[in-house]
Amino acid sequence: MTSDWPRVQLHVVTGKGGTGKSTVAAALALGLASHGKNVLLCEVEGRQGVARMFDVDPLPYAETRIATGLRWAEGGGDRTPGSVYALHIDPEQALLEYLRMYYKLGPAGRALDRFGVVEFATTIAPGVRDVLLTGKVFEAVQRNTRNRGARQYDAVVLDAPPTGRITSFLNVSESVAGLAKVGPIKHQADTMMTLFRSPRTAVHLVTLLEEMPVQETADGIAELRAARLPVGGVVVNQVRPRDLPDEALDAARTGSLDRSSVEGDLKHAGIESGAGLVDTLLDEAREYAERRALEDAQRAVVGGLGVPAYELERLAGGVDIGGLYELAADLKEQGLA
Amino acid sequence: MTTARRSHPRVGPLAAKAAGAPVLDVDALLEDRTTHIIVCCGSGGVGKTTTSAALALRAAERGRKVVVLTIDPARRLAQSMGIEQLDNTPRPVTGVASADGGRLDAMMLDMKRTFDEVVESQASPEKARQILSNPFYIALSSSFAGTQEYMAMEKLGQLYRDAHIGNGTAGRYDLIVVDTPPSRSALDFLDAPERLSSFLDGRFIRLMLAPARGPARLMSAGFNLVTSALTKVLGGQVLRDLQTFVAALDTVFGGFRQRAQQTYALLQADQTAFLVVAAPEPDAMREAAYFVERLSGDRMPLRGLVVNRSTLAEGEELSAAAAEAAAERLETQRDGAAAVTAGLLRLHADRALLVERQDQLRTRFAAAHPHVATAVVPALAGDVHDLDGLREIGTLLAGG
Repeated sequence: MTSDWPRVQLHVVTGKGGTGKSTVAAALALGLASHGKNVLLCEVEGRQGVARMFDVDPLPYAETRIATGLRWAEGGGDRTPGSVYALHIDPEQALLEYLRMYYKLGPAGRALDRFGVVEFATTIAPGVRDVLLTGKVFEAVQRNTRNRGARQYDAVVLDAPPTGRITSFLNVSESVAGLAKVGPIKHQADTMMTLFRSPRTAVHLVTLLEEMPVQETADGIAELRAARLPVGGVVVNQVRPRDLPDEALDAARTGSLDRSSVEGDLKHAGIESGAGLVDTLLDEAREYAERRALEDAQRAVVGGLGVPAYELERLAGGVDIGGLYELAADLKEQGLA
Repeated sequence: MTTARRSHPRVGPLAAKAAGAPVLDVDALLEDRTTHIIVCCGSGGVGKTTTSAALALRAAERGRKVVVLTIDPARRLAQSMGIEQLDNTPRPVTGVASADGGRLDAMMLDMKRTFDEVVESQASPEKARQILSNPFYIALSSSFAGTQEYMAMEKLGQLYRDAHIGNGTAGRYDLIVVDTPPSRSALDFLDAPERLSSFLDGRFIRLMLAPARGPARLMSAGFNLVTSALTKVLGGQVLRDLQTFVAALDTVFGGFRQRAQQTYALLQADQTAFLVVAAPEPDAMREAAYFVERLSGDRMPLRGLVVNRSTLAEGEELSAAAAEAAAERLETQRDGAAAVTAGLLRLHADRALLVERQDQLRTRFAAAHPHVATAVVPALAGDVHDLDGLREIGTLLAGG
């Protein structure tokens, strides 16, 4: 399947806390790279989650290759494999780099650091912090001659702050508007905004099929649209397995599954069980069916959001590197990557 | 902050066998009249707000006079508690089945307004006006990161002072339950006094105040370099705004620092109980470990861990592997005829796997933090958005 987002260079992945947005961002980066592309995965919340997921050393403030494809792709033929690079963006480093790159302020930058200006800018003045983080992401997408010899990427994936903060995070013009009405900062913020609002950017929202995350996703989409930021897809994460045939779901919910046939089947399968196991299975089935009904209701809400939706199954064993590859393949199959 | 995290070593028994955690007795905590503050902390998305509200409701229905301070409740939960308006004032929650004079007020934190109030209480009216209209102040007070943590603690301090706790029946509240912001930096408030001090005494402030106080004696090569760099990057107007802001704040910062230190002392006192809230996921448990170790390191009264949304084994046990194997046998031997039973077995296998994984997470956590009493709350099928739901969570928290 071809990608639904061929023109997008910057994939921003957000989601309510606990929905697995970092996992989805990593899987998306892998999926994009599997087309033979070079992809940069950016992390901005200082969690080193990427290093943990890929089981590599904590990432420095430098683009580090963390995954590369196999030389011999399926279907035969030699081709250059794609790679995922990762960057852990640290606001203080980003500020010093920015001063170096745009103002040739090497030594003065260090003096600013000594005088506590860097700390002030990155911790006490939080709006500035966001601008520094997004500024570095912008630089990675739109490489220019100031950063000589830097690698060019086919796509950048940003593991972004949660849904509640995403619009203000990307709306950099707004955050510096009060501080700088004219001058270099204002100009740079406006240039960044042009990219963020263009079809080269897509903001994807990760959700679970539960009421609160879905509601937050709907609110997030409305806020993004109001700020004229381009909404990408909704990724529904951790979807329950569907082992029970649909027609059995209703019966499971109302407790009218055929006990005796289940008992007989278990005996047939060689499980010596008391009535206890049958009760356990039927109880679990009822609970499962209730949750499935709630999931279906939320799926309908997601369907009504007017954006493409993608679904990832819950991995009961947890997410390791193999799990990430599986999720990446799912996203690729469905056309997000 | 991440830098803070990296500089804190792991704290634990160093050699220990997993023995299972002691059980957190929630009712004993709520009924203990010497508990006056409960702080719920943990990473985002683990159900902190719901836990805070459920604890507050349960305490109120056991005779406590409770106020719960929430940060960002889901809309329907906020509605059901009557706190849709962000007005920074505690409002009585209706529908509380209060016993023995118990009652529940709830409020939602208005970060900017709290900040404004602090400035207004610390500065002369004219100075306050000057600060409140400064663009740097507006950016600082309304943006999310960091400010919310400070303001939650500031509000806690205010509520505590207004509650007249220890004043017997005359006191307005005898228990304050606080939800903390959903960021990774939720323990930033612990660093607030120190950070404010180092900021105030730092060279940045002196640099910014220099023109106002006469620059001559501060002049140095490095100093000139910095001022000219700032002018170049920010432009003259922004630099002047920044200087006005810092000069104005300098006069109120002393008060800030003092209050932050008071709140810190309040948090450390025996009347406070910290609960770390988590979900049975590796990331959330890792965060919980960080919170637990950080709180112990700061000698904060940690009372326990709440693990929400848990999948627990119920009824007769059959291992995931056995269930999976049986499902396979049924499918190959009986074709479609036993599809329902095979499905049931697969569902059970999936669930058993979850149970195993979560069990292991908790056991490992207990081995690393053997003294942390734990309450395990099973996952509900739906979301909680009314008092009945909160009551049910409260019962589950208390082990029922």
